Amino acid sequence: MSVTYDYKVRTNYAADVSTLRAAHKTLVEVPFTPSLPERGYTRRTLFVDLSTLTISEKAITQEMIDVFTGGRGFGLYYLWQAVTPGTKWNDPENALIISPGPLAGNTQYAGSGKSLVVTISPETGIPIDCNVGGYFGPLLKFCGFDVLDIRGKAKHDTILVIDGPRGVIRLEEAPEEAPDSHIAAEIFTHMYADDARDMQNVAVVSAGKAAESAYMGCLNFSWWDPKRGAARLKQAGRGGTGTVFRDKKLKALVVRGFRMKTDMNRAADFPVTVQVGKRINDEIRNHDDEQCHMRRQGTAHLVEVMDAYDLLPVHNFQYGKHVDTPKIDSQVWDRRFTQGIPDQCWYGCGMACSKAADGHHVLTGPYKGHIVTVDGPEYENAAGLGSNCGLFDPDWLLEVNFYCDTYGIDTISFGTACAFVMECWEKGILNAERTGGLDLAWGNGASEVELLHQMARGEGFGITVGKGVKYMQDLFIRNGWGDPQLIRDMGMQIKGLEISQYMCKESLAQQGGFALANKGPQHDEAWLIFMDMVNNQIPTFEDKAEALHYFPLFRTWFGLQGLCKLPWNDIEPPDNHEKYPGPEAAKVPEHVENYLKLYTGITGKPLDRKSLIEQSEAVYNFQRVFNLRMGQGDRKNDMPPYRAMGPVTKEEYESRAERYDKQLKEIVGIDPAGKSTEEKMTLQRAWRTDRYNKLVDAVYKRRGWTPDGVPTMETLKKLKIDSPEVVAVVAPHLG
Amino acid sequence: MLIVNEEPLEYDEGMTVADVLKKRNYIWRMLAVWVNGQFVQRGTYDKTPVPDGAEVKVIHQIAGG
Ligand code: SF4
Repeated sequence: MSVTYDYKVRTNYAADVSTLRAAHKTLVEVPFTPSLPERGYTRRTLFVDLSTLTISEKAITQEMIDVFTGGRGFGLYYLWQAVTPGTKWNDPENALIISPGPLAGNTQYAGSGKSLVVTISPETGIPIDCNVGGYFGPLLKFCGFDVLDIRGKAKHDTILVIDGPRGVIRLEEAPEEAPDSHIAAEIFTHMYADDARDMQNVAVVSAGKAAESAYMGCLNFSWWDPKRGAARLKQAGRGGTGTVFRDKKLKALVVRGFRMKTDMNRAADFPVTVQVGKRINDEIRNHDDEQCHMRRQGTAHLVEVMDAYDLLPVHNFQYGKHVDTPKIDSQVWDRRFTQGIPDQCWYGCGMACSKAADGHHVLTGPYKGHIVTVDGPEYENAAGLGSNCGLFDPDWLLEVNFYCDTYGIDTISFGTACAFVMECWEKGILNAERTGGLDLAWGNGASEVELLHQMARGEGFGITVGKGVKYMQDLFIRNGWGDPQLIRDMGMQIKGLEISQYMCKESLAQQGGFALANKGPQHDEAWLIFMDMVNNQIPTFEDKAEALHYFPLFRTWFGLQGLCKLPWNDIEPPDNHEKYPGPEAAKVPEHVENYLKLYTGITGKPLDRKSLIEQSEAVYNFQRVFNLRMGQGDRKNDMPPYRAMGPVTKEEYESRAERYDKQLKEIVGIDPAGKSTEEKMTLQRAWRTDRYNKLVDAVYKRRGWTPDGVPTMETLKKLKIDSPEVVAVVAPHLG
Repeated sequence: MLIVNEEPLEYDEGMTVADVLKKRNYIWRMLAVWVNGQFVQRGTYDKTPVPDGAEVKVIHQIAGG
């Protein structure tokens, strides 16, 4: 039986807006002159120091544009200026930087509304970068700023209001609004919009209550959905951006921009952008229904596919499939999502994959009984909060998804951390005494969400979980709660960041994709599982190294420009694979051509495939050096936990014994007959560790790095990032 | 015996491309298939026979995260 959910019915939080606003106190207000970009750039940075209540502007230089391009590149450039090697995430000098790129905000090409968030991560201690939708970045840009650079710490809960049409920027103390994002986004949108028509011109950045205690706090970027009459949310999820935000006592960033018109980027050749935009949107319209179903299911379409190929993380990445997967697969979400509403997180995106489940009756916590719209679940949420924790109940999954978002908690990190503690529970490393009475059995949705409530209340075992897997590994080992080797092997984090929701035991290239990623293991840098494991298109170390050179750099480019990755390869020309041989097809050459045209159409600067990669390569290597500067960024930081590489436990081995035995016989050259599981596990471990190390050697070589993973002087020179400061960081490592 | 993506697969009499995909549990809907280097049009998999000893290449057009 199908149930319908009214997408217009939800709990209203905006009734009291004038009372809440009356409690605000203006701390500082400065006038500014709004300006539109010229060929994609405004060349202005808005600088805010919350400690000194300074609001000022900085100019973006030509050199910044030439070397760092925009978006993530600008973020890293300013962050480098802000911090020292000793800076910790919660030091006032840590900057929180938001920057849309030069192509962001165009409404012609699908997926062009992204902002990049950069800061020093509480989880990793190195720069984190997140690519996030919602309207904030483009509206900021069309008020006149390519970058918002926030430093210092406020004394009390504060909001930053950038009001373009009025030409003022203000810091206001805002003591009374709930920080939780489903409320904050709605309230501040109502508060700063002039009228109902103006709501779409207001966007809010917020992080909820749990981001105050957890290291895995995320930021929610809103956009106003006029059809639903609701503030929708997209997350800058990874690495604790929301934690830094709340530590700075920021309650919200509010931008009120101008009514959108076409060509607000004032493109060099606007008709070209219209032409390529039409091409991609036509392709989506004509082929999405036979390809990925993004418009109906978003990325949740992947759930059963991953299960079928033994790639869906189950029970803390022990297994790759589960008999109950159909309870949370794409068909379930297809019915549960409201259909027929263009769920675009920026104007003009025909992919419209930001699906939402309306009419969720909240089951627990402070909002019990409220009716809310849940943004998602996307694949990562269904897999991370669901199968990885043994939870196969869609209502509980929505509940956890909702609270993660509104409390400002990264669903990926939380899913992996929760799966870790559930396995610790299963193995007796944790018990009721150690969890404060919480039963963490697989699939216990009530306990999963209670961990979030505890984080939000700043109490109990939830605080420990919110600090992430690495923190917990150290704590559990220190307390003598279990075998240290086992705790290290099954804790799915690299560089302190939790691994995102794909099994990579059988894909060596994806192990590299996760472990060699600058910010930590996030799939947005490289996703090579099918190319490697199923299609068998990159069999040698050199082939994999080439893929781990090209794809991370190509994907980095989206973050420089303010683009979404999804319209690149979640839709393809139908004859893409017939036309282009081998791995070339995975690059989707015709879409790359679109991007080159879009870039030149907006900026007026020529770009070919080689120089596109070089733009990314400069920023990518700069970030690698940045990691080195913060005391990481070398080979020992690029090692995955063994669970990402192979079977940790006897049960894991025996569940796929046929596969593992065959590998020993046919690849390693050892007959497994007569050997115990433990012996075979030891042999597997030696082989898998050895091949991972060989892969790293090949990748470092391809990237122009030393065997210890440090960019060589030649590489820095070639990429024109050999400034004295950068060379000073690298030189001691080059001997 | 067939070779499918460089891995052996036992041959069953009268096998079609669709049978090969089913046997390998290749459920993804966007595939590109070649049999002995010949591209097989989507929509014809259940009508296209695969001879014993053939080399079959199956590329999954899937982008992931
Ligand atoms: S493809 Fe989806 S996530 Fe990307 S911009 Fe479009 S709606 Fe947003």
